[in-house]
Amino acid sequence: MKYLLLKHYRGGPAPVGDWVPMDRWTPAEVDAHMRYMRDFAARLEESGEFVDGQALAPEGAFVRYDGEGRPPVTDGPFAETKDLIAGWMIIDVESWDRAVELAGELSAAPGAGGAPIHEWLEVRPFLTELPTVTD
Amino acid sequence: MNESLLRELVPAVIGVLVRRGADFASAEDAVQEAMIRALETWSDEPPRDPKGWLVTVAWRRFLDATRAEASRRGRELAVEVEPPAGPVPATDDTLRLYFLCAHPTLPPGSAVALTLRAVGGLTTRQIAAAYLVPEATMAQRISRAKRRIAGLPLDQPGDLGTVLRVLYLVFNEGYGGDVDLAAEAIRLTRHLVALTDEPEVAGLLALMLLHHARRASRTGPGGRLVPLAEQDRSRWDTGLIAEGVTILQAALARDRLGEYQAQAAIAALHADARSTAETDWVQIVEWYDELLLLTDSPVVRLNRAVAVGEADGPRAGLAALAELKPDLPRYAAAAAYLHERAGHLEQAAELYAEASRAAMSVPERDHLTREAARVRQLLRS
Repeated sequence: MKYLLLKHYRGGPAPVGDWVPMDRWTPAEVDAHMRYMRDFAARLEESGEFVDGQALAPEGAFVRYDGEGRPPVTDGPFAETKDLIAGWMIIDVESWDRAVELAGELSAAPGAGGAPIHEWLEVRPFLTELPTVTD
Repeated sequence: MNESLLRELVPAVIGVLVRRGADFASAEDAVQEAMIRALETWSDEPPRDPKGWLVTVAWRRFLDATRAEASRRGRELAVEVEPPAGPVPATDDTLRLYFLCAHPTLPPGSAVALTLRAVGGLTTRQIAAAYLVPEATMAQRISRAKRRIAGLPLDQPGDLGTVLRVLYLVFNEGYGGDVDLAAEAIRLTRHLVALTDEPEVAGLLALMLLHHARRASRTGPGGRLVPLAEQDRSRWDTGLIAEGVTILQAALARDRLGEYQAQAAIAALHADARSTAETDWVQIVEWYDELLLLTDSPVVRLNRAVAVGEADGPRAGLAALAELKPDLPRYAAAAAYLHERAGHLEQAAELYAEASRAAMSVPERDHLTREAARVRQLLRS
């Protein structure tokens, strides 16, 4: 079963503890965080559970159709939005419980002072293809 | 026979099929199939005449495909079924293929893909892996590109400028999948140097070699970006640097300057220095001035401002930067660097953080975040 682990710049439940932006950590703390993320992905590749991981820039816009012959309407950059996606990891695991376990591990990445950041991650199952046997 | 030697034969084999009357699109497909067959079977027993083998297999594939198409449409076969007797002609159509695959009517991404397949001899699967798209998507991009240039004759001179841009794009893509695109771009540019007599082609090759020489030192553990000033210069490839400088000098001596030669000259000045402090920044600024006369690009102005900061001090660099628009890519990063050198640490820290939010790659973003953290730490101590 595939799951999306969604990381947000903003949004989600109230953060746990005081959130210190990364540029205010020490360089060693920044390095430790990045090493943790890298090792986490490497471990999932090792266990055969990693599918994909991508990061998104914070800049962007909402876009919609605005009628025949008119250019699309854009809205953004999102100064106002409450929710901003930072990136994702797709994992292919045996169960929901395993997906939750892994999201928990990812959320324990070290932050300022080397303590886990307790970041909220959104876990969403993928809808699957229609199975061959349906009855 | 190794894969890259096999790949080198691809453009010539396509040329042979086209000379026998095949259209470029079908010839290219047939050669791709022959190439895949060769990769599957040659490891056990490579043929004595690899090019002849590829021509025979590709021609058979082409005939099969054409027959199937002709019978589907109820038409007569338009080409001679029997190839002319005698040895395969020695004419090299490779240069024409470079022009066709990088035709100015093609979008750059399509020109890149088509060049890698028809001139580089890579398989669709390898190209797709290198650009992180599904194989079917890449196959579609290539066949659409071929439809777009269908009917263009292979025997006309093309636009060398777009060919060089395509090769430059491939080089800049670096590695992806199991193919080293930078090395592939160098191979294709080397070949192009042998086929043409243009100093700009040599300039591009020199530029690639001089950057390739620093590759090992550009990344640290875990893919972390190491900026020029912190690179371990003992890890630079002196053989590649020497070759790049020699090629560049010969090109410059012909007195027909172009942007690749000017960029290569800047790379050569970096390659020549033992540290950033010992770098001839005054000459680098002069080369940026030359480059501005040739291209007048805002990106060049930005790089020039940083070089001015090294040559004449950070205040001069900031003054040069002030003439540019702040929404330029990497503007904040350049401003952060110059402000730090000018001793404005608070501003530098803010700008590094801003630059990390505007970064266009993960290694750059992580590097700039680390820089922000480093300057903040200086501020605290």
